[in-house]
Formats: sequence, structure tokens, C-alpha cells
Amino acid sequence: MLSDHAVSILIFAGIDVIMALSFYLPASAGQLSAGQGGFMALGAYTSAYLTVQHGTPFPLALAAGGLVGGLVGFAVGFPALRLRGLYLVLVTFGFGEMVRVLFLNAPAFGGPAGFAGIPPATTLWHVLGLLIVLVYFFMRLAGSRMGRAFAALRDDEAAAEAMGVNSTYVKLAAFAAGGVIAGLGGALYAHYTLFIDPEAFGVGRSLFVMLYAVFGGLASFWGAVVGAAILSVLPELLRWVKDWREIFYGLLVLTLMLVRPQGLLDATLLARISLRGERAAARG
Amino acid sequence: MSVPLLAVDGLSRSFGKLVVLSKLDLAVEAGGVHAIIGPNGAGKTTFFNLVTGALGPDAGHIRFAGREIGELASYRRTALGICRTFQNIRLFGSMTVLENVLLGLHCRTHGGLLSPLLGVPFRRPRAEVSARARAGEILDLVGLTGKADRPAMELPYGEQRRLEIARALASTPRLLLLDEPSAGMNMQETIELEALIEQVNRRGVTILLIEHKMSLVMKLSRVVTVLNFGQKIAEGPPAVVQRDPRVIEAYLGSE
Repeated sequence: MLSDHAVSILIFAGIDVIMALSFYLPASAGQLSAGQGGFMALGAYTSAYLTVQHGTPFPLALAAGGLVGGLVGFAVGFPALRLRGLYLVLVTFGFGEMVRVLFLNAPAFGGPAGFAGIPPATTLWHVLGLLIVLVYFFMRLAGSRMGRAFAALRDDEAAAEAMGVNSTYVKLAAFAAGGVIAGLGGALYAHYTLFIDPEAFGVGRSLFVMLYAVFGGLASFWGAVVGAAILSVLPELLRWVKDWREIFYGLLVLTLMLVRPQGLLDATLLARISLRGERAAARG
Repeated sequence: MSVPLLAVDGLSRSFGKLVVLSKLDLAVEAGGVHAIIGPNGAGKTTFFNLVTGALGPDAGHIRFAGREIGELASYRRTALGICRTFQNIRLFGSMTVLENVLLGLHCRTHGGLLSPLLGVPFRRPRAEVSARARAGEILDLVGLTGKADRPAMELPYGEQRRLEIARALASTPRLLLLDEPSAGMNMQETIELEALIEQVNRRGVTILLIEHKMSLVMKLSRVVTVLNFGQKIAEGPPAVVQRDPRVIEAYLGSE
């Protein structure tokens, strides 16, 4: 059996992977979001409010967290229709801050003092279960009509539209789906930490989520999975350097980004891995 | 007289003070190859951008098979049967050859964001299987058999141009707009391209062609429209247009 400490590391790492995937989905359609922490907050607060105030069963509260994340993701998608690149990053960053300040000033949600007394519900199995569904989804998405529309939009938006892709619909769908995933991540987080405050979902959270995916590489969703898993567990492995931990962490990330600016899993490496898989399959 | 497949009238477009297209009237009859020629900056590509919806017109009407399409979004025009290639190749760089063609099938296939979760696990969905078969046929047609899984950007230049045509054909257009398809091609590649365009046209796809290589224009097209400074200065069968003094002055004479 795993120790409680190990379980807790795995749960937080799993939630980080879920969050990195929530960033990856719109990013795979060329839509960079620096506000995933905001969607996470919405999922966390929505679900926590439901279980605490209304005694809603956890699965329902979890679904509600995802739903609210998705609806707000859809709404945030609208400004994204007119913005690109850095401007979109800034607007989504602004959205994340807006959510944080909103909860900071909402007495019903505890304001700056936070929201406590959330019943424990999240287990490692919940996190693993959602991860398995997500990995299955992303694996199938890559070879699907919508997955290709995402990639086309990222590669060349004008050409994608000329080939019949409704870019408005695709962008809104990507943001909404990213919001659903982040909302679910937030709900799992809230029912594990049992206490949430707005600062847990601020800029720092959004930027780390982005870092995980970029560190792992944006060429495939596996980059987000691997990047988040490594960077989330890394601080635990760096305990021995004590006070120097943050600096070590920063240096490691920096070095890797210098050596592999495309992220850990770049297109070349992925091609090599899948080729090896195909050869093995061919050998039977 | 039947309704032309594409009819524009009074089509105008300026960029700031620069008038790129001025009150253009043009009709493309169904079934043929119609070429648009003219010196650089004559407004040819802008005309394509207006027809496909990449740009909005300042004034004028665009009708496709009798239906006004000037206000429709680009992707809806593709669904109606208008598709194009680009002067500067614009393939999807992260995709393979096959995936580029599959993307062209987007408006002829179904499946939303949740469809990856549906269907039999670990088996390719039926819609995807038939889409791949269709894309494979189109690759055969343009002569890219056996290159399906290569990254699109690794193809030689001439083949990238063919792939752009394949991707556009995947949307089953009734009207195919080719923007300088022979640009950068050598003699051999140009001859093969000519055969391909003829073959596509024989399958019932009307072709609207911007082209600088006069040999290709003369050989393929039934009608040639000559643009200069955003206006039509001549139109007719290639042999007639070639002798038009205004054309010789504006275009042929300048070469």
C-alpha cells in the first residue's frame, strides 16, 4: 500500500496533469490561455459550495464544476475570436485575475479568508479515472475530424477557413472543453484539500499550468501529461536541497527549455516513438 | 442562356486609397476552364479572396449558382462548393500528406468534440475509415500515391502544389479556384499539372485559374479574362484575347 504522503503527491500530480491538459486543448487549436486557474477556481468553488451548502452528492457537484467551467470557457472564447497570440494571453490572464478578485469579494464563498469545511471526497481513483478518460479522449481526438480542425487552426487559420473549417465554432468548442477539464480539476482539488482560497487559483497557478504543457512540449497531449507529472513531482525529489529548492527547480526548468525549446516531447521524438511502435506492431 | 456558375457584378474593393478592384463584372460558365490573367497588382488574387470570402467586398454582388453569397462566411462558401488553392503554398505544416487531404473533407464529414469518446474503443470509427479511403482516392488522382504518411512539408515543391489541389478537391468543389498553380514549377511539372487540371475539369469541376504561364492558359482555357489595375480590359477565347491591342500593351507587351 502507498503511504498517505505518496497518495497525496500522486493526487496533486494527477490534478496538475488534468490542468495541463485543460491548457493543452485550446492550445492545440492555437488559443493560448493564461487563465486556466480561473476555470479551476470556478470548478472548485461551484462544487464546494454545492457539497457544503446543499449536501449535493460529490459526483453531481463534480459535474457541476465541469459544467460551470465549460460555460464560462465558452463565454471567454468570444473575445478569443478577435484576438491572437500575446493579446489573447493578456485577455485570458485578465479573466483569471477577475475570477480571483470576484471570489475575494464574495462573502458567500468566504472571501479572502477562504472556504473551509469541504467534505473529503476525492480519492486517487477519482483522479486516475478522470485521467484515463482524458487520455483516451485525447488519443482518439488526434485522429478525428475535430482534432484535425484544431491542428489546422493552429497551423494556418485563413487556410483552415478556406478549406471549410468554421473557426468560430472550433475556437469556442476548444475554450469550452478546456474550461470543462479545468473545472473538473478544480472540483477534485477542492474535495481533496478541503479548504480553498482565491490565492490558490491566481496567476501563479495559471502560469504553472502553462509551464507544465510547454515544458512537456505542445506537439502532442503527451507533452502536457509528461511535463506536468515531472514538474509536479520534482519539488518532492528536491527536498534534500532544502531552502535552495525553488532555485534548483527554476534552474532545471530553465536549462531544459534552453536545451529543448520545443519541450521534452517534440515532433521528432514523437515520430521516433510512434515509428518504433509501428515497427514492433509490424513484427507482431 | 443558363445561369452562370459564378457571376459577380459591380465588385469593388480598395485597401486604403489603393483601388484594387473596381466595378468588376465577370461570369464563369459551368463546366469549363476560365483563366484570369493580368500584370502583377491587377487584382487577381484579391478577386479570389472576395469570391472565397477571405475578404469582404466594398460594393457589388457575388452569386454562386444564382445564389447571393457575398455575405456568407468563408467556410459556408466551401460547403456550397467553392474551394481554392493559394499562390504561396499554405499547407498545414504539422500534418501529414493524408491529414491535409482529410482536413479538406471537413465540410463533407460529421463528428464533433464528443465523438472521440463514442464508438467502439481501440477501433477507428467507421466515418474515419471511409474518410481515409476517400482521401486515399484523391491522393491517387493527383499522383501522390504512397506518400500519404509523409509530413506535408517534406514533399518537393511541385508535389506540395499538387497536394494543395488534392486538399481542395476533398471538399468536392463545383468551382475550383487555382491561384498560380504552376508558379515555381519546372517544365516537366507544368506539363503534369496541365494534365491534372484537365482531368479534374473532365470530372465536372469548373476551374477558375490565375496563371502567368501563357502556354498553360492558351492550352487549357475556354475563356480568358484580362485584368489591369482592377478593371477588366478584355475577355474572350484565348486566341482572340492574345491579339487584343490593349492586352498586348498592358500585359504581353510589358513582358
